[in-house]
Amino acid sequence: MMRQVKHALFPVALVLFAALGPFVLEPYDLVNLSAFSAMAIAALGLAFVWGTLGILNLGHSVFFGLGAYAYAIAVSNLGDSTLAVLIGIAMPVAFSLVLGYFLFFSRLGDVYLGVITLCVTLIFYSFMTSTADPSFHIGPVPLGGFNGITAVPSLNMPGDPQAFLSTEATFSICLLSLAGAYILLSFLRSSDAGRIMTAIRESELRSELLGYDIRFYKLVGFAVSAAIAGLGGALYTAVMGYVSPNVFDLPQASQFVLWVIAGGLGAFVGPVVASFGFQLLSSQLGANQVFNTELIFGATIILFVMLVPQGLQPMLLGLSSLKFPNRFGILRRKEKPA
Amino acid sequence: MSGPPILATRGLVKRFGGVAAVDGVDLVVNAGEIRCLIGPNGAGKSTLFKCLTHQHQPTSGHVLFEGRDLQGLATHRIARLGIAIKNQIPSIYANLDVRENIRLAGLRRGLEKRQLDRVVELTLDEIGFNERLASQPAATLSHAHRQWCELGMLLASSPRIALLDEPTAGMTREEMLKTVDIIKRLNASATVIVVEHDLEFIARLAQRVTVLHRGKVLVEDTMDKIEANEIVRDIYLGRKKEATHAER
Ligand SMILES: Nc1ncnc2c1ncn2[C@@H]1O[C@H](COP(=O)(O)OP(=O)(O)O)[C@@H](O)[C@H]1O
Ligand SMILES: [Mg+2]
Repeated sequence: MMRQVKHALFPVALVLFAALGPFVLEPYDLVNLSAFSAMAIAALGLAFVWGTLGILNLGHSVFFGLGAYAYAIAVSNLGDSTLAVLIGIAMPVAFSLVLGYFLFFSRLGDVYLGVITLCVTLIFYSFMTSTADPSFHIGPVPLGGFNGITAVPSLNMPGDPQAFLSTEATFSICLLSLAGAYILLSFLRSSDAGRIMTAIRESELRSELLGYDIRFYKLVGFAVSAAIAGLGGALYTAVMGYVSPNVFDLPQASQFVLWVIAGGLGAFVGPVVASFGFQLLSSQLGANQVFNTELIFGATIILFVMLVPQGLQPMLLGLSSLKFPNRFGILRRKEKPA
Repeated sequence: MSGPPILATRGLVKRFGGVAAVDGVDLVVNAGEIRCLIGPNGAGKSTLFKCLTHQHQPTSGHVLFEGRDLQGLATHRIARLGIAIKNQIPSIYANLDVRENIRLAGLRRGLEKRQLDRVVELTLDEIGFNERLASQPAATLSHAHRQWCELGMLLASSPRIALLDEPTAGMTREEMLKTVDIIKRLNASATVIVVEHDLEFIARLAQRVTVLHRGKVLVEDTMDKIEANEIVRDIYLGRKKEATHAER
């Protein structure tokens, strides 16, 4: 019972923020926080697939980017955003199933898997940058090369494409979506399927010997992470009003990884908090131009790995209970049949 | 009671490069048996077990489970048929607590929640784990307790046949005796094939013993006869003779 209360705390806080934020924040901040939430949603997808299932997906941004582009193309063609968001979820899921099938059924090692997914997102990046020619278009929507797709319609009332949602309503939807993603993934993680995924992270051999088809569970987990990332990408595009190839690039890919490491591998709240923190930092640094943002991020990730290898959330929990073992340190080697 | 034996191999071969670790093994094990598999180090016992569960793909030959050829089946499919294995190297979920380890083993059976809970508690009881041990991460267990934790996982998975590779390695005599009890419980519903070196352990459990030597079945008989067998004494029990050979 206490545990359930503790678990409910975070989503309840998000829901309260979604309800009260519009009354106390400026529109500029609301837009920023909406975008941060969209990014945080995508980060949760990685926190799940890496923290629960042990799949280090260095190219998580490919699902985020596919969701972002799919939304932009669909909403510009269809006019209605509700279906476009669903398409923004479905596209990366379909892609993850194809990619995952090759990755998991060929039984690649973990490192190769991370490298290949990273390459895949970079391939999307270079492809999208080379679509400046007007012949690259889907329906009336040009892909736009480096500039991407601009003037993407924002969210509208379901079924009424003319009734665009206000900045306030969009903010609430983004935060509620974040709460929803968190609740969904928390339930999944504590379900039987989630516990089997955790078991697979702990020992693939033992899981196989018990009769679990590890390729199947990995594929399912991969697709779930893609769905969540796609939702994040679609909302991000809806909030920003444009999408560019940068959603696939290396900085984007590494940011998701950074947030999960900083927040704590195996945790959900930590990565969300970390993603907000780093995005806030980056928007502040970007505004004053004094520091090199990439340098700061690079230094931060090294500091985290060295000083707080288990991430923020486990560390804070550890400080409060003083007996939480370091079970999810990112440098902990996977259980090998020694 | 006729019909096919629960497990049989036909001309099973496993080569690593030029070495035939398993070299044409024909093994027949009947339902309900406790069969002991003995043989000097490197005889191919562990490799044979891994071939049975397709952790290694056999180079040639067949494995028949209740008359059904296992060829082409993935390891998890073989497990689902009811073939459980404890490898020589322990394999448990080190960072999960013992109860979760046992539960994950039982979960595959598709029991409803209350029934699964009952199986888990019963199993913890059978391997003699109290509440403190049950809620401990498996990594913090002593060596013997880890072996029992893994045996508990096999118990909870309710297999038709259990393959146990050196389950008492490194145990004291007292711990070995407790392991004998656990294996007897396993045998109440499952056929057991066990690789062991400990003669007392074998005497307490096995009806028949199969001796493996250089990848081949040397002889198969009751323990008394095996102990009296000159060739077996030479290659396995008679270390002295081997030593004098080596000196020359
Ligand atoms: N993965 C492997 N690769 C190459 N050779 C192996 C491998 N596993 C076992 N062997 C060899 O096969 C033979 C039988 O080993 P093993 O089955 O472990 O014997 P036992 O369990 O009876 O001690 C040994 O010569 C060993 O070196
Ligand atoms: Mg061995």
